[in-house]
Amino acid sequence: MVDTKVTLSGIELDNPVIPASGTFGFGYEFADLYDINMLGTFSFKGTTKDPRFGNPTPRIAETPSGMLNSVGLQNPGVEKVISEELPKLKKCFSKPVMANVSGFAVEDYAYTCQMLDKENQIGWFEVNISCPNVHGGGLAFGTSAKNAENVTKAVKKVTNKPVYIKLSPNVTDITEIAKACEAAGADGISLINTLLGMRIDLKTKKPILANKMGGFSGAAIKPVALRMVYQVYEAVKIPIIGMGGITTAEDVIEMMLAGATAVEVGAANLVEPFACKKIIEDLPRAMEKYRINSLKEIIGGAH
Amino acid sequence: MTQGIYKVKSNTLIAPSVYRMELLGDTSALTRPGQFINIKIDGLFLRRPISVCDYNDSEITVIYKVVGEGTEILSQCKTNDVLDILVGLGNGFDPEKSGEKPLLIGGGVGVPPLYNLCKQLINKGKSVSVVLGFNTKDEIFYENEFKALGATVTVATADGSYGVKGFVTDAMKDIDYDFFYTCGPMPMFKAIESTVKVSGQYSFEERMGCGFGACMGCSCKTKYGNKRICKDGPVMDREEIIW
Repeated sequence: MVDTKVTLSGIELDNPVIPASGTFGFGYEFADLYDINMLGTFSFKGTTKDPRFGNPTPRIAETPSGMLNSVGLQNPGVEKVISEELPKLKKCFSKPVMANVSGFAVEDYAYTCQMLDKENQIGWFEVNISCPNVHGGGLAFGTSAKNAENVTKAVKKVTNKPVYIKLSPNVTDITEIAKACEAAGADGISLINTLLGMRIDLKTKKPILANKMGGFSGAAIKPVALRMVYQVYEAVKIPIIGMGGITTAEDVIEMMLAGATAVEVGAANLVEPFACKKIIEDLPRAMEKYRINSLKEIIGGAH
Repeated sequence: MTQGIYKVKSNTLIAPSVYRMELLGDTSALTRPGQFINIKIDGLFLRRPISVCDYNDSEITVIYKVVGEGTEILSQCKTNDVLDILVGLGNGFDPEKSGEKPLLIGGGVGVPPLYNLCKQLINKGKSVSVVLGFNTKDEIFYENEFKALGATVTVATADGSYGVKGFVTDAMKDIDYDFFYTCGPMPMFKAIESTVKVSGQYSFEERMGCGFGACMGCSCKTKYGNKRICKDGPVMDREEIIW
């Protein structure tokens, strides 16, 4: 029997597979399809202080082996997440869940995390300082080490739960940001968010997305994600949640070899609703094939 | 929603760039007319959402127009090819709301999802009128199929080459109806909205990511809050729509 268990900041996961925020809602859409308790955990839809509709449509465009989205953090706001979404989530998921939080000012992040901190089911915070789809807000935080440090400190003040900071790949040196988060007390780093991209419609000769630019995700970005996880693993001592283009059990192993303790699956959920289930069921086979007895032992193995 | 492998029974050109595809497989997830399926296309990342024209216990019929890369590949599918499809997506039309004299209004490739609706309404003993709008005579499809179901069918062509010259709203003028169902392009919807005096249901279209409510790619604002075209729609009640 192979061992797929990993430990993320003191909480043991049955396996390292975590559906990524924004591709899994609050879980219940997928709970209609399969028992989502088989997941390591999942990162729920990015939550902000106030309700957000997000950007105008079209918000989705296709790319070779991937996609662009410019959803723009649509969510009902933290109060409704607590009063309406989390009770529904609780009914279909019994493990600790990861709370993904976004904001537009340091105080927003602190407020939202403080509100959510009281929710027992939340095991970790994943603080998104890297959404490319919100003007002047998210992106700016994630692209400056000083801002990353300020958000990390503010969130750490309001919660004792482990705090993972989700980083943007749209920077010159991601290790500098990761180190700033670590120094500010982050418990872990989560990367990568989407790459800023664009598509142009040849018929209209204008960008396909109403927001013009959007976040690029899917299998196409896996090599970029692997490289950045590899770099950050060498720069910090705190654990890493790796993501970007993960589609198969082999991808999970590859990302863990680069340095990830756990792995998020994003765009794959949207085209293959059973993607995480299939990956988890396939992990033992892939581990045996590559003679891996325990996933814990391979973290950072490529270094 | 279910995911399954479906065998192509036929894939036939029925009008310029418009194909009818019959698929064999599990249809248990289809519960209403106006729902859609989401087809995985070899070599492309996102699935392609296509509305269901008709279905029975073992077969799904879709009609689609070749408008881009995905539908181009789909049009090349041959009998006995297999496709990975998510089935039973969206809420569909509600036949219970029809009244006794429903009017079905379809524009271009908005026509297909009205077919099974028409069938269900006629089976319930309703007196169904159908208005089909096309640009020109060559593009017309399914006029006879709707007639064969027992509906009163009026066709409008923008260039006057067949039926009523003008738009669906020109063809609707003399029809007596107490509820309407429609699917078609946005300019047609706006024209209908400025004409109709009764309740009805509109079926919308949007670029989708997942098609099953997870990604929030196709959201819209309604009088009753934000809704997802793919999951809460594609069919919406006239009363909730913000134009």
